[in-house]
Amino acid sequence: MGAPAAQPKTRPVVLSEDGLARLLARLHHEGYEVIGPTVRDHAIVHGPLSEVDDLPRGWGDEQTPGHYRLVQREDDAYFGFAVGPSSAKRTLFPPRQPLWTAESRDDANFAIIEAERPERRLAFFGLRPCEVAAIAVQDRVLLHGIVEDEVYAANRADVLLVAVECGAPAATCFCRSMSTGPGMESGADLILTELLDGDHRFLVRAGTTTGEDLLEQLEHDEATEEDLDARKEVLASAAARLERRLDTTDIHGLLMGNLDHPRWDAIAERCLACANCTLVCPTCFCTTVEDRTDLAGTEATRERRWDSCFSLEFTHTGPASVRNSTRARYRQWLTHKLATWIDQFDTSGCVGCGRCITWCPVGIDLTEEVDMIRRTSEDNVAPWPMVPSPLQEG
Amino acid sequence: MTGGIGRPTVAVWKFASCDGCQLSLLSAEDELLTIAGEIEIAYFLEATREVKEGPYDISLVEGSITTPDDAERIRQVRDISTTLITIGACATAGGIQALRNFGDVEAFRSLVYARPEYVDTLADSTAIAEHVPVDLELRGCPIETSQLVEVINAILAGRKPVTPTHSVCVECKLRGNLCVAVAHGTPCLGPVTQAGCNARCPAFDRGCYGCFGPAESPNTPSLAAWLEEELALEHPDLVRLFRSFNADAPAFRRESRRHEPEEVAT
Ligand code: SF4
Ligand code: SF4
Ligand code: SF4
Ligand code: SF4
Repeated sequence: MGAPAAQPKTRPVVLSEDGLARLLARLHHEGYEVIGPTVRDHAIVHGPLSEVDDLPRGWGDEQTPGHYRLVQREDDAYFGFAVGPSSAKRTLFPPRQPLWTAESRDDANFAIIEAERPERRLAFFGLRPCEVAAIAVQDRVLLHGIVEDEVYAANRADVLLVAVECGAPAATCFCRSMSTGPGMESGADLILTELLDGDHRFLVRAGTTTGEDLLEQLEHDEATEEDLDARKEVLASAAARLERRLDTTDIHGLLMGNLDHPRWDAIAERCLACANCTLVCPTCFCTTVEDRTDLAGTEATRERRWDSCFSLEFTHTGPASVRNSTRARYRQWLTHKLATWIDQFDTSGCVGCGRCITWCPVGIDLTEEVDMIRRTSEDNVAPWPMVPSPLQEG
Repeated sequence: MTGGIGRPTVAVWKFASCDGCQLSLLSAEDELLTIAGEIEIAYFLEATREVKEGPYDISLVEGSITTPDDAERIRQVRDISTTLITIGACATAGGIQALRNFGDVEAFRSLVYARPEYVDTLADSTAIAEHVPVDLELRGCPIETSQLVEVINAILAGRKPVTPTHSVCVECKLRGNLCVAVAHGTPCLGPVTQAGCNARCPAFDRGCYGCFGPAESPNTPSLAAWLEEELALEHPDLVRLFRSFNADAPAFRRESRRHEPEEVAT
């Protein structure tokens, strides 16, 4: 964090299964609180990792629109699954965040007490490439935007990222279209590839000097040509399984030029406005604040909590809600995510993780909706102009 | 205390109901003594026989209207109350007893009672808001104690209460529940049900039963179509799903009607 990390010089290395356990132990030893994928309630979610046995070894997942099932794999891969419902957002930008408390001192005075921010060293272990990309998007919005978000900045400081490339993407993933996966070259301190051919092992590349230092302290082998080829195999077969696509060609013009497309009405007939898509999305950042007081009238607290453009209250101004219809709310979500986010932050709001597709209780699939709009778009609509980003104007 | 209304007088009224919602107030154990200090309980038969004459600053009304007498009594309650808050599914949607609205009350009456002519009842069980203007509705079967305490807190402080109208799904995601609909294939009313329970049932691996009634924009036809096509829920189960504590809430009523068999056997 902060100054761009110096580029590491080390060559790729190989860790054995024991090496993976030692890497995790090393992180604990250095005082990191480690969070990573683990099985809970028949799904793979993020949780504390105390040892490698906490990883979903031998488990995979089956995901289609509105459907998720944990499935037993035929091998004992540690990372043989795609992303689950949780993401780093839950930790770095928590669902509920107390901001401050006001305490009355006497009749006329009160004191504002800022909420405490826990000091901790955090390591994410086993993030997928799209999840690392999502953190980069949230960094862009919450750290390098017009104002820095203090809560996010405090949580994000001193966070170590150990990523694992994808060997088993789900049918809902479309990272290839968003150029965020299934492999990755940078963005994490360590980048692992799980190799299941021959000896079960991990190809490891350092993405930062912190990662490099970590590797130096672990017993490892230099990677051979075979290891590097095995990685290519993993990525090639993952890429071949990634069938879902989102054509992003002039997507800003496409969506903003079709604000009155009848497809929005068709989506609104299906959409429940339940907000699941935004809450599982690793980049959505909208919040509201809730103020509470105590019965004695001596204390007031303000808490920030996740909100969503799908809730009616979200745009409640004056007497009514601005986005009264589900059509208006879905359209806001999709156009913001894929188009006006680019105006605001110079990046798409979507990393292609597919969570919003899997966890939509009626299986609405944004890739299909964009595709429908593209195929039935009036060619000569005048698109909305791109608004120059405040970041660019600097 | 600033901005609030001093020490308000509060009356608690019962209509057709099970008393569970009133008891939620008594089960606010941690806050009860403080509440008793901040408000004046002027009429609350479940708690005390002492009765103070109205008018009252706040009336909490539990239960639905099922008899001609009650239809008259609720008007009197409205007349002597500055703020009228309905509490629970009975008061806000007619309650479980609104199942009668889908049947033939005359038939029940003659079958169930030895002297049916002694029973003076209306054909339908209806929400309080169908009879008199209501200032605030607290949903739930029963209501959530913390929501009631929050409303009292808000009134005392003169602020808006935090009682969101979005879906139960939002609460699921806030507390980190796994979605039982998507991950287990369990039918769940959460996406069309108003929040308030902190997604209690999904936290225990159950689908939402809809205690808090329809959420702010309940798209029940879409959810029902998904349950039918993807989770293979049959018509009678769909009817039952939407026809429980909030059977007569308009969105749920329309949805359960849609899945009724052509000929209803009674
Ligand atoms: S919009 Fe959907 S696919 Fe894109 S990042 Fe968000 S959850 Fe993932
Ligand atoms: S898509 Fe909606 S919830 Fe997500 S950031 Fe944009 S406005 Fe907020
Ligand atoms: S798209 Fe799906 S998840 Fe999102 S609000 Fe609509 S129904 Fe809910
Ligand atoms: S379990 Fe039910 S209430 Fe919770 S997110 Fe899933 S559909 Fe919504």
